[in-house]
Formats: sequence, structure tokens, C-alpha cells
Amino acid sequence: MSGEASTRSVAVAAPWRRPLSARLDRFAGPVFIMPAVLVILAFSIFPLLASLYVSLSRLSLSAGGAQLNFVGLDNYRKLLVGIDRTHFLGLTEPLTPVSVAVLAAVYAGFAYLLVRYARGPGRTAVGLVGRVVVVVVAAAGAWLVADTILTTGRPGTLVVTIIYVGVDVGVQYLLALGLALLVVQRLPGRRFFRVVFLLPMMITPVGVAYLFRMLTDTSKGPLYPLWAHFGLADVSWVSSPWGARLAVMIGDVWQWTPFIFIVLLAALESLPVELYEAAVVDGASRWQTFWEVTFPQILPATSTVVLIRLIEAFKIVDLPNILTNGGPGTATESLTLHAYTIWRSLDIGGSAAIAYMLLFVVTFVGLTYMNLFRRRVTAMA
Amino acid sequence: MSRNLGRALVSLAGAGLLIGACTLGGTTTSSGRFSGVTLRVVTFTGPQIAEPLQRRAPDFQKATGAKVQVITVPMSDLYQKILTDFATKTNSYDAMVFDPQWMGDYVPAGYLEDLTDRVKKDSSLQWNDIAPFFRDFSATYKGHVYTVPLDGDFQMAYYRKDLLQRDGLKPPATWQDYIDIARRYQGKDLNGDGKPDFGSCVAMKRSAQSYWMFLSAAAAYLQSQGTSQGAFFNTANMQPLMSNQGAAAALDVYKQISQLGPPDQLNNDVGDSRGAFVSGRCALSIDWGDIGTLAIDKSQSTVEDKVGAVILPGSKRVVDRSTGALVDCDSKLCPNAVNGVNHAPFAAFGGWSGAINKAKPQNVKDAAFAFLSYMSAPAQSGEDVTLGRTGFNPYRTSQFTNLGPWEKAGMSQQAAKDYLGAIEASLKSPNMVLDLRVPQSASYEGTSLDTALAQFLAGELTADQTMKQITDQWNQKTDEIGRSSQLDAYKASLNVTR
Repeated sequence: MSGEASTRSVAVAAPWRRPLSARLDRFAGPVFIMPAVLVILAFSIFPLLASLYVSLSRLSLSAGGAQLNFVGLDNYRKLLVGIDRTHFLGLTEPLTPVSVAVLAAVYAGFAYLLVRYARGPGRTAVGLVGRVVVVVVAAAGAWLVADTILTTGRPGTLVVTIIYVGVDVGVQYLLALGLALLVVQRLPGRRFFRVVFLLPMMITPVGVAYLFRMLTDTSKGPLYPLWAHFGLADVSWVSSPWGARLAVMIGDVWQWTPFIFIVLLAALESLPVELYEAAVVDGASRWQTFWEVTFPQILPATSTVVLIRLIEAFKIVDLPNILTNGGPGTATESLTLHAYTIWRSLDIGGSAAIAYMLLFVVTFVGLTYMNLFRRRVTAMA
Repeated sequence: MSRNLGRALVSLAGAGLLIGACTLGGTTTSSGRFSGVTLRVVTFTGPQIAEPLQRRAPDFQKATGAKVQVITVPMSDLYQKILTDFATKTNSYDAMVFDPQWMGDYVPAGYLEDLTDRVKKDSSLQWNDIAPFFRDFSATYKGHVYTVPLDGDFQMAYYRKDLLQRDGLKPPATWQDYIDIARRYQGKDLNGDGKPDFGSCVAMKRSAQSYWMFLSAAAAYLQSQGTSQGAFFNTANMQPLMSNQGAAAALDVYKQISQLGPPDQLNNDVGDSRGAFVSGRCALSIDWGDIGTLAIDKSQSTVEDKVGAVILPGSKRVVDRSTGALVDCDSKLCPNAVNGVNHAPFAAFGGWSGAINKAKPQNVKDAAFAFLSYMSAPAQSGEDVTLGRTGFNPYRTSQFTNLGPWEKAGMSQQAAKDYLGAIEASLKSPNMVLDLRVPQSASYEGTSLDTALAQFLAGELTADQTMKQITDQWNQKTDEIGRSSQLDAYKASLNVTR
């Protein structure tokens, strides 16, 4: 009797107690991550949407304050086909034989890769469509770069930024890899050099920019005796377009090579020594050891660090701003500096439009890189 | 034992920190009519302009009890910083020392305190001692006073008196004279150090203050009939005056000057050009009044008493606005010509001035006005305008007539007469050019004009392309804001009462 009663009391108590605790358990996960989600929404998503609206508006001042007037796609129209087209995209001129040859080679490469995928074993319809889209966009970009650089045209801020990214990240990677390969060996002083090679990354970008401004001043400053000795005291780096761009790129390479260096060094130091022993036993040369053993092993780290640097490099602003204010003319002006310059005179709609164009470009490059390169590399590893 | 000692040390350190925190935040509160008020005044990084404000703040605090914090931002960001502070109603600045051109944006939006009654009642300010141009134009918008002038801005030409006298040359009267003199001295050693120097040093860096140098040249070709004719737009239809033979001639002058200076001239700002001139490396320069006072600064100048100043060079040919063609001056076209030369001294920028945030409490506004009045009062400003490091140039009648402070600062009597004479000649000219004062003047000048000029000097644009780009961008901006309202604002800015 008592057992039946106790069973019945337990059976009565369990149904209302268990659903509440189970419900709490079910929602515990979302509740715990909610603060982080709210922070991301507040500091990332909402500002992103707000700046999207700003890019579709124009600021005007009136009695009592300022207001945003919706203008649709007018800010984007000005950049792509309107009054700011040559500033943003560049001045295109008829193609020259050199530019035609370069474009032909690039397009041939794209076609080869596309056909190889289309005939390959792992092809899919979605993959093919995606690759066609990437090739079309990349081909348009290649044409813009060739038609503004390799002709009598003039690159706009979009092309200048692409040049910075392509050259800087490429040189940074090669330099960092070389330094990492040196430091990973058991050479005297390698600990000292490991620290020294990291120092540029610790300096604020504005400080680096002022440093390079001093260094490139051939008429005065710490390097003046060197310039004068070689008869270069009258040469101005920053009065010629490519001289000024070179100064910006050297500064950027100097500052950010340490970042790639430290990542690659960590990757190299984690490689198992047995692989090298096996290569030695098999009679591999140093180059073969590097190309067949070392490089494939550090590809995952390479792909990650290159992706990070690619994304960061698109935002370059400090060096061109401090070194040349985007000059001579607009020769060194990056997209971010372009946006900043017009923001200063109240054109916040135009500035936001440039920022969104930069977002589209970075997203395209990032996604393409992730899908076409990084996945394959990670799978190989 | 060691634990007790540790506890005692920690307690002592904590007490020390607490006492330090209590005393660090403020100085001993002084009695005064603004005791307890902290003023936040924003201006550009400088060191000019900010220096005298920071230097005199402690004295002001002793006298009135109000503490002054001077916040500085880069020149290129100042307009946006102040406007954002107003427009977002953050109101973190109580007063601002800024470019009075920007009143065209700040006043219609209701951000600035009307100071008309205050300046009349404040006897220590000595309002009537301020030169009429700075009282009536720089400080005023549509008949009301909104700023307290702290600085007088006119561009002039500077020359090495010793070189020109040695070679029997006269100071440049026209822009062609300027180019000829610069060409003569380009590549010669001008300061005895064995290195070749430069004919002319002018700031031409992008996104800095260079476009005013171009406008100084252009003014002589574009305006000849007096101040109210204006030099930027046609007063009938607000069409830009940047696409005619006069503008083309000015671009040609600007380009030639760019090739007669240091190799890095396209990347040189006013700090670079001034430094080069006072270290004896340049025969000529174009600048505000700063070179005059920097030249007597013994810590950096090697050209004391070797510097002459003259009204901006002019032109014997000016634009006929009905045709856009450049024609010879005659009595009808150039009624203000001197010896057949049309001079159009350019009041570039208008002179750094102080204004007050209208949204602040009354006691804060009173304290802010008292500080600006203190800075502008003859006792303080009379000294500050003689010091090159302040960036303040003469703007009061007493500063022109009383040579004592100038001689005390190190200028010889003759040098002071030359320097002040050049400023006075500019001030008194009936054909002086007023700087652009319409809504979003920063966009017209600082973005469109500045970018196009930088591209022109770099060879990215031809003269015709430059003129077209400036004209198109100015027209686009005018249409965006409203052509009718912009025209009204432009015409109102030209109605100067003297």
C-alpha cells in the first residue's frame, strides 16, 4: 500500500518538475552565448547595416542639426560611372601591345584552370558556376589593372590598393619565409635576430610612416649623408608616382613581414625531424628537401597567414596618408585614404560607399581564396 | 612578521595612491568668478595656434578660476571633428579656435553662440581696435558677430632682401616677376653652405594648406573690380570662375613655381617651406605672416634682417568675365591697379578665430567668452603676434602702429615697417579677395580644388582637364546643396561693410 502511494506520489511529482528543468537545460546554451551575440550585433552587424544606409544617403546641414537624405545608389553611381570614376577606378586608355600580351597570358591561364576543373573528376555544377563567376570578375579586374598601368592611363584608388596588396603580401611572404628558414637553423645569435626581426611589427603604423618620411627625404634627415655621397641629394622619391608607391610598399613590407615571419617560424619549428632524416637518407638535395618536404608541411600555416595579411593589406591607410597624403596627385591613395579624404569634407555617404566597395572586394578575394586555395591546401595537409 | 610587513606596505601604498588621486585631478581651486568651470577648447595640433592658448591658460585660471583644457586635432580633421561634435549633440567642446570660413556651415545649423552683444559690452576686448576687415568679415556672418579674432590672415610674398639688393632687383610686382626672380636663383648657393638652394619655396603638399597658395596666384587674374566682385563664382548664376584664361594663367604660374623649388616641393607643407626659407635656402616664398616672425626667431633663423615682405604679386592682364578671355588692364577693368598692375591680396583662411558652443550652460559660455577675450585683448595678442611660434599674425590697428613689441621681439625698425607695411597695404586694398564662405566650403576647396591641383602638379591632369574637373565638381556640389541657397550665401558673404 505505502509502496503504491509512494510510486503514485513520485509519478505525480515528476511530470511538472522534469519539463521545467529540461526546458532550462534546452535553453542554457543560447542563454550563455547571448551576451557575446549581443556584443557582436551591437559592434559589428548594426553598424554594418547603419553604414549601408549611410552609403545610400547624403548628409546635409540645416537649422537645428544635420540630416541624412536618402539618394539611392547615387553615391555608387558617382564612383563607378560618374564624376568620381577616374578617381576610383582610374583613367583607361587604348590597350598597348604589352598590355594586350599580358592580358592574353592572364586570360589563357584562367581558361586553362577553368577547363581543367571542368574536365576534372571532382567537378560539380555549383563549383563550375562559382568558378566562372570568379574568372569573370578576376578577368575584369585584370583588364582594369592592365589598362591603367600598362597604358598611358592612370590607376584609380582601387587599382592602387590592389597593387599594394599583391606586391606587399607577395614580398612579405617571400622575405618572411627566407628569414624563418634562416632563424630556424642552429646559427649563433638566432635568438637575438628572432627578437630583432619582430620589432617593426611593434611600432605604431603612424610611427613607421613618419620614420619612412624621414628616410625618404633626400635633402635632410638621418640618411642625407648617404644620399649626398651617392649624388642623390636632389632626387625626390615622393614626387614621382612609382617612386612614391615604392616608398609606401617598402614601409609596409618592413612593418608587416615580422607577422608572417613569426607564424612561419612556429610552423617550421613544429615540423618533425624524421621527415628530414628520411629525405637525407633518400639522397634529396636541399632544394628538393625544401620543395618536397618543408613547403608542403607549412602550407596550412602559409594559407592562413596569407589570408590574414591579404585582408589586412586592403585597409592600408597610415603609410600613404603620412608619407604623401595620397600624392603626388592621387598616385599613392588607397581606398581607405580615399574614403577618409572625402569624409573630412562631410561627404559621409560617398565615404561609406567607398568603404562598402572595399568590403565587396575583400569579401570576393577572401571567399575565392578560401574556396579555391585554402580548402585544397588544408585537405592536402 | 613578513606577512604583517607586507600588509603594512600595501596599506601605505594604497593610502599614497588615494592621496595622490585626490590631489592630481585638479590644482588648488582658486577663487574667481568662474571658479569650478573647466573649459574644453579645441583647435589644431600646431604647435602654432595651440601654443599661445596653452601658455596663457594658467594665467587665465589664476585671474578667473576657470581651468582651460586645450584639445588638439590635426588640421585636416578639425572641421569634421567640430561638426561631428555638434551634429551628434555630443557637445564635448565648449569653445573652438578654428577657420572662420566654416561659419558658413556652423551658423545656419545653429551651433555657434551669437556674440554681437558681448563684444559690444566687453571693454577689455577693445573691439574697435580690431582692423575693420577682421571685425566686419572674419568675425561676422549675416550681420552678427560669431567669433573673436585671434589672428589676421593675409598671404604675402617674401623675398631675400640682401640678394635682391645685391643684384639690383626689385621685389616682384607681378607673377611673371616672381617666376623670373625664382629662376635666377634656382640652384645657386643662397646661404653660404656650399649646397645649391632654391628660387622659391612654397607649400604644395596635398591635403594640407597648398590650395590657398594657388588661390593667391589666381586672385590677381580673377578679381579686379573690388572685393564684392568675388573671385570664386559668378554672382549671377553661381557658375565657378575656374574655367577661363585667367584660371589657366594661374595654373601655369603655379606649375612654373612648382619647378623652381626643392625636389620634394610637392610633398612640402608650410612647416617645410617656412623652415627652408628662414634657414636661408630660398630666395622667395608665399605665405601668411608667419615667415615675418619666424625670421627673427634666433633659435631657427639665419636670415634675420634679410627678409622683405610685399603685397602679393599681381597681373597686368585680368579676366573679362563676359568672355572668359584674359585682357590687358585698363582703368575700367582694373580701377584698383597700381602702376598698371592689378593686385588682389588674398585674405586666405580669414584668420584663426574663437567661437563658443551655443548648447553649453550660460556660465560656461561666459567663461569661454572671457577666455577668448583675454587671448584677443591687446596686452596678450600684442605680444603673441610678434612670436613666430604662435602662428598668430597682426590683426589690430595697434599692432600695426606700435612698433615697440616688434622691436622688442627682435625685428629691426626697417624690417618691422616692411613687414607691417605689406600687411597694411593688403588690408587697405579695395580689391582684397575674401576667402570662400559658403556651406561646405571645405568640400569645394579642401577636397575638389586641392585634389585637382595635386593631380595637375603631378602631371595626372592637363590644365584644361584640371579646370574642367574643378568646375564640374563645384557645380555638382552646388546642385547637391541647392544652387539658389548657395548663391544667396555667396552674395551675402561678399557684402562687407567697412
